Amino acid sequence: MATIVGAVTSSHVPAIGRALEKGLQQDPYWQPFFAGYPPAQRWIAQAKPDVAVVFYQDHGLNFFLDAMPTFAVGAAAEYRNADEGWGIPTVAPFRGDPALSWHVIETLVADEFDVTTCQRMLVDHALTLPMALLWPGGGAWPVRIVPITMNHVQHPLPSPRRAYRLGQSVGRALASWPGDERIVVLGTGGLSHQLDGRRAGFINKPFDLMCMDALVDEPEKLTRYSALDLVREAGAQGTELMAWIAARAALPGRVRKVHAHYHVPVSNTAAGLMVFEPESAVLARAA
Amino acid sequence: MQQRDYGIPGTPIFDGAMAAKGYALNRMCYSFNAAENREAFRRDEEAYCRSYGLSGEQRAAVASRNVLQLIAAGGNIYYLAKFAGILGLDVQDIGAQQTGMTKEAFKARLVEAGR
Repeated sequence: MATIVGAVTSSHVPAIGRALEKGLQQDPYWQPFFAGYPPAQRWIAQAKPDVAVVFYQDHGLNFFLDAMPTFAVGAAAEYRNADEGWGIPTVAPFRGDPALSWHVIETLVADEFDVTTCQRMLVDHALTLPMALLWPGGGAWPVRIVPITMNHVQHPLPSPRRAYRLGQSVGRALASWPGDERIVVLGTGGLSHQLDGRRAGFINKPFDLMCMDALVDEPEKLTRYSALDLVREAGAQGTELMAWIAARAALPGRVRKVHAHYHVPVSNTAAGLMVFEPESAVLARAA
Repeated sequence: MQQRDYGIPGTPIFDGAMAAKGYALNRMCYSFNAAENREAFRRDEEAYCRSYGLSGEQRAAVASRNVLQLIAAGGNIYYLAKFAGILGLDVQDIGAQQTGMTKEAFKARLVEAGR
């Protein structure tokens, strides 16, 4: 049986890509952000996942308004990134895991999530940057990926409750996967930020810290918010929190918080990072 | 379609009405994912906008380089960000422009939000 080693949730601000490109990890502006990542990198190195299932949102690279899926699951053998309009450097292609992708899709559809399936899918900074932060150094990626996107471009967005249930369903899929892979679940985006409108630059630190706290022991608490509540409380783009909620919901049973980091600002955004481990993994290690 | 008020001050909600209104503008901005399209826009902005069938309001908004005006014309921030890339503007330039602050003041306010 597959092992779910844990979940990592991380912000994915495009400016991080530029900072990585220029090697600004020790720059005074960037140091407090990058300082949060070594513990997560060490945890990943120790957990040795083979596959990363990544919940994120596409920002107008792969999907346009002509056909906008609420939830889409990648089922490709390979995924590439692309220049997103800003001359972003391309990274090494990601290997997919079509068999696991289809198993996830079958479970989701059986659970009445009518997802879009993608045998061709470009992945944007929301996937590539957290990957680069967790597996630094460039070169070939040591994990295969199963990308799962959630619409946050066009309202109506799915609700946090729906995101939570989506995560639970993906968790059931992973727990029932007969392969012997070690699987990590990632959720990217957030935390509070707003790019558009006269309220641009809005950040809500107390709300972010409440969410990070709730995600550990009572993630269901966050499902009482609507998508528009998240817009109000966390900013227009703060709805990305839903990817964190889905990733957390994919973990079975109770979890242990391995690591958490929060820093404001990175560009216009409150940056957050969390690492969770299922208690079952902690117990297995102790035995 | 009527534009709806969602009651969140200073916060545009890109819904079905806006998606319908902004389709041509956003489709043009989506094309800027490709470097050759950004080059074609730079070469002849007027012809490029015409080829995407922008409305008069959208064409004027593009010419103005004004983000609030682009949003009012149906622009979605994620697609507009690609247009901003052509202009060499980052999200803090955009934030400063929309809030009527200098970039320095806008950045200082973000730092303050972290305290």
